[in-house]
Parts: sequence; C-alpha cells; structure tokens
Amino acid sequence: MSSVGLHNALLCPALPGVSVAPATPPGLIHLQQATVRFGAQVALREITLHIRRGDRIALVGANGSGKTTLLRLLNGLLTPSAGVRWLPDAGARPVTAMVFQRPFLLHCSVRRNLWVALWLAGVPAAQRARRQDDALHRVGLLALAGRPARSLSGGQQQRLALARAWAVRPDILFLDEPTASLDPSAKREVETLIDEFGHDGMALVMSSHNLGQVKRLASRVVYLDAGRLLADLPVDDFFKRTDLPPEVAQFLKGELPWT
Amino acid sequence: MDTFSQSLALALALIVPAAAPPGAASGLPPGTLLWPIVALSLRVSATACAVGAGLGLLLGAWLAVARFAGQALVVGALNTLLALPSVVVGLVVYLLLSRSGPLGGWGLLFTPSAMVIAQSILVLPLIAALSRQLVVDALREGGDELSAMGAGQLLSALLLLAHQRLAVATVLLTAFGRAVAEVGAVMVVGGNIAGVTRVMTTAIALETSKGDLPLALALGLVLLGVVALINLALGLLQRRAGAAGAGRVIGPVAGVAG
Repeated sequence: MSSVGLHNALLCPALPGVSVAPATPPGLIHLQQATVRFGAQVALREITLHIRRGDRIALVGANGSGKTTLLRLLNGLLTPSAGVRWLPDAGARPVTAMVFQRPFLLHCSVRRNLWVALWLAGVPAAQRARRQDDALHRVGLLALAGRPARSLSGGQQQRLALARAWAVRPDILFLDEPTASLDPSAKREVETLIDEFGHDGMALVMSSHNLGQVKRLASRVVYLDAGRLLADLPVDDFFKRTDLPPEVAQFLKGELPWT
Repeated sequence: MDTFSQSLALALALIVPAAAPPGAASGLPPGTLLWPIVALSLRVSATACAVGAGLGLLLGAWLAVARFAGQALVVGALNTLLALPSVVVGLVVYLLLSRSGPLGGWGLLFTPSAMVIAQSILVLPLIAALSRQLVVDALREGGDELSAMGAGQLLSALLLLAHQRLAVATVLLTAFGRAVAEVGAVMVVGGNIAGVTRVMTTAIALETSKGDLPLALALGLVLLGVVALINLALGLLQRRAGAAGAGRVIGPVAGVAG
C-alpha cells in the first residue's frame, strides 16, 4: 500500500464528497480540506475532520504539530485560509465552549465569572442565578462562590473554567491540554469532570500530550504531524495497530523529538 | 528667616491658620484664600479627568482591537501626544474659544469651563494611550477565551478594562496628576482671574512674577501635598491589588507641570 493509501485508510470515517454531512449520528462540525496559514507558515494542511454528537476525540501530536490551531479552527476562533468549515444551518448550530490550559479568569468573584460567561452566551437573566449554582455545585465550588476567582488554586481555577463551560450547556466542549499545568490530584479531579461531561452527551475534543489520559477519556484519536492529519482512529486501534505511519509509531514509542 | 523656612511657615499658615506660628501669617497678602483656589483646582482637574476618561478609555479600547489602514500611524500619533505641551493646548483652545474663533459664541473663554476643556484635551491622549496598552496586554492573556465565550472585539476590550480596573484607576490618577500640576493651558484659557479662574498653579506663577517667592513656594508645597495624597491613594490601591490578586497597577503619579 502506498503511503497515501495507508494514510487514507487510517482516516475514518472516510466521507465521499465535500459538503455532505454524515447521515447518522447527526454531525456538528465538519472540516473539509481546511488549511490555515499564518503568513508564509502553514499551520494546518488540508485537514478533513468530522465531529459528531457523542464523539470523544483526542488530538495528539508533538509540540507545534497544530493541535491548538485545530481546536481554534474548530471553535471558530480562526477561519480557514483554504477549504471549508461546515456548520449545520442556523437554528441547529452547535453551542460550543472551550477550556484552555491556563484558564483566564476575570478579577471578580467565582460567581461573577460564571455570570459573565452566561451573559456573553445570551442566557436569559432569569436563568443565570440557577445555572450559576448548578454549575458550581457540579464542580464542587459552590462553597467558594463568593471568593475572588484568582485566589483559587490551579485545580480549582480549572474546575471553575469547566463550570463556566458546562453552564452554557455546550454541544461540543473543546479542551486545550486542560490538565497540563495541574498536580496529579487536581488532574484526577478535572479528568473525572471531563469524563462526566462526556457521559452527559456533549462531544469532547481535547488536545493532550498525556497518552494515559487519552486512553482514559477518548474514544477516538486524531494524530497531527507538522499540520497534517496522519491518523484518525478509534482509540483501541490507535494504540494497537501495527500498520501506523512511521511518525505515529515513533511518537507512540516516545522516540519523536519534540519540536 | 530664609526663604524656605518662611515658605514652610506660610504653607502652614495657609492650610491651618490657627496652628501657624506667631507672625507667620503676616507675610500673607490680605484676603489670600487658599481653600477656594484648591477647591477650584480639584474641581477643574477632576472634571477634565472624568471627560478625558469617558472618551479616552473608549478610544483606547477601540484602538486596541480595531484593524484599519493607518492604525500604526494613529497609535504613533497618540503616543506622541503624550508629550503634548500644555501651553500649546491652551493656545489652541484659546483660538477656538476667543470671540473671533469658531466657538467664540459659546462665551467660555476665561471661565472654568474653558479650563476643563483644555485639561480634557491634555489628559485624553494619556488615558487613551495607556488604556490601549493595558487592553493589548490583557488581550494576550484572555482575548481568545473571551472570544470563545462569545464576546466581540470591542466588548472584549471593554470587559478587559473592567477586569483591569485597578490599573485603569492608576491611569486616571496619573492623568489627574498631570492635569492638576499643569499651568500653561489654564493660564492661557482661564486668565488667572482671582476668585474665578485662579488655580494653584496659576497662583504660584503669579506670586513668583510678583517676587513673593515664599508665598509661591508655600502654594507649591500645598500642591505637592495634593499630589502626595493622590500617591497615597495609589499606594492603597496597590496594597488592595496585592491582597486580592487583582489587576496590575502601574507606576506612581508623576507630577507633570507645564
């Protein structure tokens, strides 16, 4: 099999056509041959990716491979320089939320941070108080609602960021290395919450360097290398197949130099 | 008694007449009323800062996120205006408000309103340039996250100004320091009319020109006291910022006269 053929065989699902959404389960966001350039630099190269309800996707690859750029493109923070980012028609547009590696919290209370997120998401004023309490209860921060958000510990701040995302009831939650800067205990707490959110039915798209975390949380792995999508596989296949492209195999063996 | 000790005694006599050492008040011209002059100084400069804040914060926020041809030129011009000589502002406002000027019909020349206009123009670039930089820095930290939450560019910038409110307060205090310490603009457009447009800096200039150096120095000490109070407020803000982990606070107030 040629390298291109092998590459295509590892991209699943393979969808014919350009803008046809998969029939079942309902699609949320699709990229078709999407390229992102920053000046002369190509950050993402002809990426085709489909996100469906219930997906739990881990974006994996070395530093600089394009994981964060792909998350930003999927979330609409970037527009493709070429190719298509497809969304369902207005009315069926997915609600999205994003959690960053180091959450940005406003200089105000925990509760007020949630209020701002709900306000920006257009949640009616009458629902905001209840949603704040629900979200804080969900992540175990209700007792700290009045505390200055920036006085929380790193793990608590990330839980607040998750609460802020969960409060807007997203269809897709994007997570950019959400536990990278946390200690093991906080990491476990955050992973548990992310797992629960996935069970709630929201699609998860998460970048991670932690392959153990990928195994625990993801059902599908997308591997990026220098802006190219080299593999899109169910998580078991990603870790067990022996016919992976050499870059992926090297990465899994821990031999890939981090750029 | 040398000039400096005389000045200190006079300053004390001006501020607290009852506490002045015997004979200290004898150097004061009859009818010297300190507090109306101080009050007018504070009122004019505070009003100018309020006007400058309304316009300057909005301009700074917009310039931080706007993308248009010539933006770098506008930002460069704004930064250049940080060194705007107050006497030039006074001259321009004088030309606008003089009877033969385009706004002469308003009849504002030699009134406190004219002084407010001049000082507003003086502090506007300062507030706009510093708040723009505050927003640019804060956008690097949280711009993506606010966009991901659904905030547009200008709304993000305004939210970040609220987020950096302690630093914004410092910018406004700095602007107030610049306004209250300047003499050129208020002298030209206010005319230093006793009881009407005389403020601390113009009073100092007048007494110096009359050769009454102790009184001029005494007024200068009072002005320094006002700026010291502003710096004290700034220090309290910084302490509060440190305690609450709140917004970055920048620099002390520099008394910028001109």
